[in-house]
Amino acid sequence: MTATRTAGQVPWARWLVRGLSIVACIVLWQLASAAHLSLGFVTFRNVPPPTEVLQSAIVLLKSPKLLAHVGSSLWRVFAGYGAAVLLGIGFGFAIGRSRAASDLLLPPLELLRPIPAVAWIPLSILIFPSSEMSMIFITFIGALFPIILNTVHGVANIDRRLVASARSLGGTPAAILREIVLPGAAPSIVTGLAIGMGTSWFCLVTAEMISGQFGIGYYTWEAYTLQNYADIIVGMLVIGLLGMGSSWLLTTLGHYLMPWRQPAAAR
Amino acid sequence: MNIRISDVSTRSVGRIGIERISISLGDGADAFEAVRDLDFAIAPGELVCVLGPSGCGKSTLLGALAGHLPVTRGRLTVDDQAVLGPSPDRGIVFQQHTLFPWKRVRDNVAFGPKMRGVGRSARYQAADEMLRLVGLDGFEHFYPSQLSGGMQQRVEIARVLINRPRVLLMDEPFGALDAQTRSMMQEVLLDIWTRIPTTTIFVTHDIEEALFLADRVIVMSARPGRVIEDIRLPFGRPRRAELVTEPDFVRLKRRILDLLRPPDSPEPLARLSPLWIR
Repeated sequence: MTATRTAGQVPWARWLVRGLSIVACIVLWQLASAAHLSLGFVTFRNVPPPTEVLQSAIVLLKSPKLLAHVGSSLWRVFAGYGAAVLLGIGFGFAIGRSRAASDLLLPPLELLRPIPAVAWIPLSILIFPSSEMSMIFITFIGALFPIILNTVHGVANIDRRLVASARSLGGTPAAILREIVLPGAAPSIVTGLAIGMGTSWFCLVTAEMISGQFGIGYYTWEAYTLQNYADIIVGMLVIGLLGMGSSWLLTTLGHYLMPWRQPAAAR
Repeated sequence: MNIRISDVSTRSVGRIGIERISISLGDGADAFEAVRDLDFAIAPGELVCVLGPSGCGKSTLLGALAGHLPVTRGRLTVDDQAVLGPSPDRGIVFQQHTLFPWKRVRDNVAFGPKMRGVGRSARYQAADEMLRLVGLDGFEHFYPSQLSGGMQQRVEIARVLINRPRVLLMDEPFGALDAQTRSMMQEVLLDIWTRIPTTTIFVTHDIEEALFLADRVIVMSARPGRVIEDIRLPFGRPRRAELVTEPDFVRLKRRILDLLRPPDSPEPLARLSPLWIR
């Protein structure tokens, strides 16, 4: 919002410094791994230099393996996160709007909430006969709680003056839900979606490392077990790119759905 | 141009009956009586200003008339129908606007017709017409946050009047505006009221504002609010800015000042929310 406006005004000198900072990091990494730098408590002996990583990345880009790994990871996130979005927003609305639903749904959710999603991995392997389902479930659990809690927060904190005003103007309960509560809660829901997306990826990569066949987390772990050390870093970079891409997607979606949140829309 | 349209059909609606009402707010130990034994009627088409010190229950009375809070005793009626809940028949405008931030100005104004099931093009046409009336043509596509305080209140008035309410309830609508905008908005309001004659109760604590706008000024006492004076103003219409320096105006102003000056000033009361929703 304001950040995008000021970003356009950042002078080129600052961009130069920012670019040099990244280049400096890569150069230091190259030097450290080329020299097999060892500080005692940390060693670069097994860390491949960036040049090697780049070569491995090009090899992976050209092989059909990349599509298979990224494709199955994306599918799992799509399924697990998608289910969490539908269920989380639905539950969030019910809990935020209805006392009965809150009494019915909130206690078990509050009990389960402190358990980190990753701790569900062993149980989910036992519950679901296919490892595919268990990984999707972990992804789902990771996203579910942030989405529910932020939706509840958004729905429960609607400005009551706006609701009173809408009633005075003839709004029925259904119309108020659609025209006031939903857009009023939207910023909070989108925050929940963004946090949920982060935890979703985190959980997926962990689950893939433990029980996967295919998937970018599995690829990274496989690289470690097969001692293709450059591929470890390629995997990490791909995971980072996927996370960045999905968070960009959400930000864009948020801007598109909530144009009133951008003062830049002013004429 | 500024002569009031005395359309018989519009002038016959909007009679307000306030029949021996008391309103208590709060629960348990915090409960207190906000207004006590209010009893007066307002004729169709009248513009009545309610004046009183803060905490005298002026806003509470408006909240009850809007249907947002129940009366403890007595009866509120509009055209002999009891007030039982919020209705677009009774439009209310607050000091702080309650425009929907996610709706453009035009969609805010068209909200009432939309709730009545009016089609898109018809309700946009009606909204644009109301916006022209309040002097905001050209701002249809703005979001409320992009407007100044005075413009936001114009949108608020347009959004309420598009429903052609029987009564217009205004709770210190210009209280948050600077002096210049405020006096401009007073003239805007009188102009709109002339074109769309609507029974109006205008709550304020600004004596000059009340005298400038009203046909009749009702002065209330501190909590629990009771009517201490009911003054019919002798000024003709249209009102002009010079009115405030005329001897009659100044004399009335002094009289109301004396009424409102407490014998021994008690501590000022905390401002109460006009919407006491539990």
